[in-house]
Amino acid sequence: MALGMLGKKLGMTTAFDEEGRAVAVTVLELPLNSLTQVKTPERDGYAAVQLGLGEKKRPNKPEAGHAAKSGVAPPAALREFRTADVESFKAGDVVDISIFEGVTAVDVRARSKGRGFAGVIKRHGFHRGPKTHGSKAYRRPKSIGASATPSKVYKGKRMPGHMGHRWVTAANLKVFRLDAEKSLLIVKGAAPGPNGGFVVVSPSRKVARVES
Amino acid sequence: MHPAVREIEKTALKDNIPDFKVGDTVRVEVEIVEGDRTRTQPFEGVVIARKGAGPRETITLRRIASGVGVERIFLLHSPRVKNLKVVRHGKVRRAKLYYLRRKVGKKARVKEGRIRRPGAKAAEKKAPEDETTAEDTS
Repeated sequence: MALGMLGKKLGMTTAFDEEGRAVAVTVLELPLNSLTQVKTPERDGYAAVQLGLGEKKRPNKPEAGHAAKSGVAPPAALREFRTADVESFKAGDVVDISIFEGVTAVDVRARSKGRGFAGVIKRHGFHRGPKTHGSKAYRRPKSIGASATPSKVYKGKRMPGHMGHRWVTAANLKVFRLDAEKSLLIVKGAAPGPNGGFVVVSPSRKVARVES
Repeated sequence: MHPAVREIEKTALKDNIPDFKVGDTVRVEVEIVEGDRTRTQPFEGVVIARKGAGPRETITLRRIASGVGVERIFLLHSPRVKNLKVVRHGKVRRAKLYYLRRKVGKKARVKEGRIRRPGAKAAEKKAPEDETTAEDTS
């Protein structure tokens, strides 16, 4: 059961654990996911289930057709989860938060907040240059390598560029509380992305590795 | 803030916190965990700041202990901070009493008493901690 769910990051707050310590927690909403497709090794070459979240307001024809096959409304987001026992799933089913019952830690995947074209200090944590004494490199990268040898700039040299808006996994976030009634999963620590952003939550791979 | 997150914050709040303001002298008991045993430690002082909102609200208490100014910050809604009692109402005209740090002796005091707004007393009666009402008529 290496399944996961699709949901939304609602925001962060402070909560008190059973020992009275204040901990920073992130509230994730995991509403009912529709099971849109089951992929089998025979037909698709691998075993997986495809889950859908929400409802797309104006689906195009392929999307509508795909959803119609399983008899669900066209979802706003689709995601696959690899799982060996595809027999226990059927297209058209719903998946609810109860799959996280008893799970102690989860991985949360989301697209991080976009920072635009960011300089080297924000993007790579470089130190700034001197503010005065004729310095021309307050927030600039300065030297990017030696001269005649190697007479090139090494690949992977950390430079300014686009930052954020990429898929980030916050691994092994401990489950703080699960509210099945409201479909909320509260985890310790921070999850990537803005409040209200789309998240993919699955049981922690680290925990799975320890158990097997 | 998302309404669901606000709901969660509400559950973390204490409902038995008496009505008190900056300038009041309060007494709290803090639970201290030492290894596997816990003990409570009282602390009494003037509230010189109230900061934050919801479960993150903190109070800064200041007192002069054996001639030395001591300030402690308490997470107001933490389960480890218990039995908050108002010892004395102060009359102050600002929200943060950081100026007390620069004052010594007689000047480092807060005037007692407070002009009560109408309705404030009624609100206080509802609070479970009721000994505050008796004192403040001074």
